[in-house]
This record gives sequence, C-alpha cells and structure tokens, in this order.
Amino acid sequence: MTGVLALARPDSWDFPLFLHVLGAMVLVGGLLTGASAIAFARGDARFLRLGYWTLLGVALPGYVVMRIGAQWLYSKGPWEDLPEGVDEPAWLGIGWIVADVGAALTLIALILGGIGVRRLRTGGGTGLLKAAMVIAWIVLAAALVAVWAMSGKPE
Amino acid sequence: MSFDDWILALHVLSAFAYVAAIVLFWVLVVAVRTSDTPDGTLRMGPVVKIGNACVAIGATGTIVLGIWLAFSVGGYDIWDPWIIAALVLWVLAAETGRRSGTEFMAGMTKAKELRDAGQEGPSAELLAANRTQRGLQMHTLSSVIVLLILVDMIWKPGA
Repeated sequence: MTGVLALARPDSWDFPLFLHVLGAMVLVGGLLTGASAIAFARGDARFLRLGYWTLLGVALPGYVVMRIGAQWLYSKGPWEDLPEGVDEPAWLGIGWIVADVGAALTLIALILGGIGVRRLRTGGGTGLLKAAMVIAWIVLAAALVAVWAMSGKPE
Repeated sequence: MSFDDWILALHVLSAFAYVAAIVLFWVLVVAVRTSDTPDGTLRMGPVVKIGNACVAIGATGTIVLGIWLAFSVGGYDIWDPWIIAALVLWVLAAETGRRSGTEFMAGMTKAKELRDAGQEGPSAELLAANRTQRGLQMHTLSSVIVLLILVDMIWKPGA
C-alpha cells in the first residue's frame, strides 16, 4: 500500500521533489569532488584547500536543500497518518537514516577538515584532511545506497 | 523489486553520476581560472578523469536505461512529448558538454607542452587557455540543459 501511495504523486509534490533531488545531486557531486581533490592532492596545500572548500561550499548547501525538500515532501505525504498496522516503507527509513547519520558524519568531516586547513599554514593538517576525505567517501557511498532505495523502492 | 524497478534505480543513479560530474567540472572550471603554472593545471588531471568517467556512466546510463523504461513501463511511450523533449535535451547536453571539454582540454595540452619544454613557471598563455570563455559558456549551457532535463523528468509535461 505504501508503494502505491508513493507512486500516485500529486502535482503539488513536484517542486519539493525537484528541490530534494537537485539538492541530493549537488550533495553527491560536492562529496565526489571534495573527496577526489583531497585524494589526489599529494600534499599540495592549494588542492587540499580546494577539496575542503568544495565539501563546505558545495556538499553542505546541497545537503541543506536536499533535507528541506525531504521534509517538505514528508509533510505533504500520507506518512504521518498511515492506517494502523501499516508501517513506513523501508526506502523511506533508509532515506532518513542516511540523511541523519550522513549529516552527523558530514559535520564531523567539516570540523576535522576545517582544523586541518588551518594547520596547513604551519605545515600540518594533512592527516585531518585525509580523515575528512575518508568520511566524505563513506557518506557518498551511503548517499548512493539511499538513491538506489528511494528510486527503486524495495519493499 | 521488479526488473523495471532495478532499471529505474540504475537510471536515477546514472543521472546522479551525470550531475555529479557537472558539479565536479564546475569546481575545476572555477579552480583552473587562477592556475597559471603547468604543475597546478596538470594536478587536476586525475580529478578530470573521475569526472569523465562519471559523464560516460551517467550519459550512457540515462539514455540507454531511459529508453528501456519508455518501452517497458506501462503508461509511458517513447513518443510522449516529455520523453521526446528529454531525448532532444540529452543530445544537446552531450554536444555542449563535449565542446566544453574540448575547450578546457586545450589548457591541459598547453600545460603538458610547457612542462615538456622545461617551463615550470607562470605562463600568461596557459592562464588564458584555462580561462576560456567559450568553454565556460558551453559548460553553463550544458548545465542549464541538464537542469531542464531534471525539470522535464519531474513535471513530465504532457504526460
């Protein structure tokens, strides 16, 4: 039943869905670019900074737009008033978990990376930026699982 | 999940790869505008390769799996206006993206030439190649077209 509810999409859901998907796409692009720039920096401070600022300036705004779209869609949907005995679909649960855990991990990556960028001035910080990169790869992988779940809608 | 559900999920994942590549190239387009040395320009090479791989996966996946879905999923036909619009926009996005790539690769080629000639310092000619206006225009156009495809996919005009 929840699958049917998800497929029968009223027109009023289109704009929130557009925001949600566009934000998620920018988030994925920002994570990919930021993590890749740090991965291939080979100690080059300019490239390490580029990676960090991409995570902060592209991935984070993408996350915010994705999350606003998600909450807007949720408020329009039937999920808060499901009949007794009908659970939220698995794909929705996967989306929430990835969004919430992903937000926490992204914040940790940004804090670690921010300290790392500051330490670049004194010749350090590379390790912290690599830690931020590893977290970004993990969030990216989780985001792709969420995309699969939200588009394929496994029962 | 049915087979069509899997195809739809892979179609959407391909679209994410495509847009992720466009975002990646935007970051590089901005970053390369201040790059006037061969080393600084060539360092972007590995990230460019990741972007190219994502474009290849994204462009191929969206068109092949999209056409599959148009034939396979009930209620949609390949001649539906929003599907024809998406196909036309996809071709335009691919061509503008290709032209943008050609423009920016000229900077990479110039950087290789300078490095091979032993010139490691700043070069005004390299900076000019990296700041290609035509490349920027083509990338902007390609991005707008892909955004229109996303709008088309969500609103499905005429469906």
